[in-house]
Amino acid sequence: MRRLSWFNAVSLTLGFAFLYIPMMILITYSFNAGKLVTVWSGFSTKWYGELFRNEAFLDAAWVTLKVAVMSSTIATILGTMAAYVMVRAGRFPGRTLFSGMIYAPLVMPEVITGLSLLLLFISIGLDRGVMTIVLAHTTFSMCFVSVVVSSRLVTFDQSLEEAALDLGCTGFEAFRLVTLPIIMPAVVSGWLLAFTLSLDDLVIASFTSGPSSTTLPIKIFSAVRLGVSPEINALSTIMIGLVTIGVIGASLTSKRSIAKRQKDEQEAIL
Amino acid sequence: MKRFGLISVPYLWLLALFLVPFLIVLKISLSDTALSIPPYTPTLDLSQGWAGIREWWAGLDMENFTWLTEDDLYWKAYLSSLKIAIISTVLTLMVGYPIAYGMSRAPDEWRPTLMMLIILPFWTSFLIRVYSWKAILSNEGLLNQLLMNLGIIQEPLIILNTNLAVYIGIVYTYLPFMVLPIYSALERLDESLLEAAEDLGCSRFTAFWLVTFPLSRQGIVAGSFLVFIPAMGEFVIPALLGGSKTLMIGKVLWEEFFSNRDWPVASAVAVVLLLLLIVPIVLFQRNEEKQREAEK
Repeated sequence: MRRLSWFNAVSLTLGFAFLYIPMMILITYSFNAGKLVTVWSGFSTKWYGELFRNEAFLDAAWVTLKVAVMSSTIATILGTMAAYVMVRAGRFPGRTLFSGMIYAPLVMPEVITGLSLLLLFISIGLDRGVMTIVLAHTTFSMCFVSVVVSSRLVTFDQSLEEAALDLGCTGFEAFRLVTLPIIMPAVVSGWLLAFTLSLDDLVIASFTSGPSSTTLPIKIFSAVRLGVSPEINALSTIMIGLVTIGVIGASLTSKRSIAKRQKDEQEAIL
Repeated sequence: MKRFGLISVPYLWLLALFLVPFLIVLKISLSDTALSIPPYTPTLDLSQGWAGIREWWAGLDMENFTWLTEDDLYWKAYLSSLKIAIISTVLTLMVGYPIAYGMSRAPDEWRPTLMMLIILPFWTSFLIRVYSWKAILSNEGLLNQLLMNLGIIQEPLIILNTNLAVYIGIVYTYLPFMVLPIYSALERLDESLLEAAEDLGCSRFTAFWLVTFPLSRQGIVAGSFLVFIPAMGEFVIPALLGGSKTLMIGKVLWEEFFSNRDWPVASAVAVVLLLLLIVPIVLFQRNEEKQREAEK
């Protein structure tokens, strides 16, 4: 077994301290009794109560959730298709443009994406609302899905698909029965990524939302722009908690499924 | 035929919602500002066919772009965004590389946990992570309280609403984007190469500098682009942590659009930003394709 050198131990400790201390402070002060988030004045959960009585936040949370579920689902379907095209379709006219349109949104500044989509929606006369945010989120998150899925597809043994075709499957059946189950973990993480990207987005949503479709990040931004507020700390704590549970749960499930697969493979050999 | 269907669905989607919108931005950036809804007068009238195009070409004055060069707010904002993006990319690399290196040297059974600890903040809301620094960096904030109680400083340091706070915010929020590609490059590294270098008389540091560092180059390049390009157009971090003196082009574009409602100028700002970013974006895409080829 390797041991950490002192240099590596120090850099990991400092690095993770830097990543986690700000969030821990944020969580701690959500339980502060006072209105200030820099002076501790006793333990209280009153800000959580305030938060759940705040209708505007609850409405925004609902809109955000709706947008995230719809956009991540469409993005997963389109992104998986795009990944399949990138890895399997070989050469076709316009391939360079296609791969450019897949990679560019990954790094495109959000202000540009947001502005350009808004101008599109206005010029075709589409009213801004939940639907336009879904379209916008789907477009940039499908690119993330396709990168995640294609990295799984390149390591995938294509002869399995060919075997299925030889045994009489149609192309779609081979995809559904052989390819899809194998790339499923990547498809699921693509969906989760698209879902969080949508939950998180402020800039693109600000450009593409209408007056009746305020999302949670828009709400949070307008609240924190003026200063800090313990209510936002409480909301942040809930969001961090949900994400932590989700990430730990997902990693445990994937660990278990890898262990199970290894066991199955061993049994198959015996 | 089926292959055609498979290609065309995502292709058309991206054309309609990614490429066409840019063409619209380009068109509006060449229009005239007007006090109407929408607040611009298109100069290109395609319904008149060739005559319309000829007339548009004749009347094309690039007025909004000339405006960008005349008012020094804009080029100062571009330069200052470039400066902030470069400095914060270098800082993120300096903070991120040791973390990635430490992860790749850690015992095997720790790695999944370390990996999860790096990814976890990435799944947590960006906005919340930026916000968390407000309470730390403000004048009465926790950092100043700590330093003053320790007797290191007498007067509170002014960090919030300065460029320094913007650097801290960018390094903090983009750190996973730098660590992950470097880590995956370092993890693939064949350790016998290092042993060979040491056998041949290299010190550990020279071995690192001559073997490990060059072999992690692709990870460094990918990570740097993933930080630099979005940082150039960053809006949230300068809006929340920066001050009135922090000039960044993303903020200028936002204000031009939402506060001044000057769509043609906002579009022109976006077009110039995109032109500046096209070289790094193409380089980033090349690097990714090369890596994909290498993995095959």
